[in-house]
Amino acid sequence: MLGPGIAAYLILSVVLFATGAFGVLIRRSPLIILLALELMLNAGNLALIAFARQLGDGDGQIFALTVMVVAAAEAVLGLGLIVAVSRKHAELDVDRLTSLRG
Amino acid sequence: MEILVAASAGNVLVWIVWIAAALALLASGIAVVLFVNPFFSALALIGNLASLAVLYLLLAGEFVAGAQVIVYAGAIVIMFVFVLAYLGGRADAPWAGGPTLQNVVAIVAAAAIALEVIVVIALKAGDELSDTAEIGGSFGSPAQIGELFLSDHLLAFEVTSIVLLVAAVGGVILGSALPSLEDGDEG
Repeated sequence: MLGPGIAAYLILSVVLFATGAFGVLIRRSPLIILLALELMLNAGNLALIAFARQLGDGDGQIFALTVMVVAAAEAVLGLGLIVAVSRKHAELDVDRLTSLRG
Repeated sequence: MEILVAASAGNVLVWIVWIAAALALLASGIAVVLFVNPFFSALALIGNLASLAVLYLLLAGEFVAGAQVIVYAGAIVIMFVFVLAYLGGRADAPWAGGPTLQNVVAIVAAAAIALEVIVVIALKAGDELSDTAEIGGSFGSPAQIGELFLSDHLLAFEVTSIVLLVAAVGGVILGSALPSLEDGDEG
């Protein structure tokens, strides 16, 4: 295999995952929390594809494609929830959305 | 001899592409998290997805790289931008007014996650992770992915379509202006 080994891809993946986790913890806008969640899902995908390449097995790529579908569904529902919440509340701030009573 | 020279030249090229993609990946990931304006965060996510697609190509995942660009950059980011335009992306700066306890804990937690996995990878890098399988030219091609999806992973393929259908119905219900979801006087 040309270029860096699998370990380099895995370290890249975990740093990206930590960046996304940091974003989820620190931000208050639900839209940016969703974007940071996409970063974390992508970090998982990178690790899956790196292992698929290491083992020479296509199953990891199948798993990554399935994760992509789940990410698309999650983005649709998350954005739908944000739009529905924004109709009720003027302010979009996850620290202030403490009740689901509407 | 000429083959060896060509192989090492290819190796250097792959290293250069890898380093450029890795730097772009980390920089755009940090930009997604730290930009105050959500619109710029969504744009930085496109850079993140593009550099991930380059890394997938280096890992012989041609079909996944293409699907990544189409699904993420083509669909998900565009959806984010539409919602941002609809809601009028408000800025929030979590670090305004100095570091809070939550910010410090967030940094420590993220660093701890990264550190512990990196330690495990460093411990394993010598033995299990160092040997890489030989792959054929068709590895990761659309033909191979399609064959796997329609043979070994048929159930996952079919369940995927149901998940997408449910998500589409849920998105329409959440986004539509149903009377039960409305206060009455708004749009």
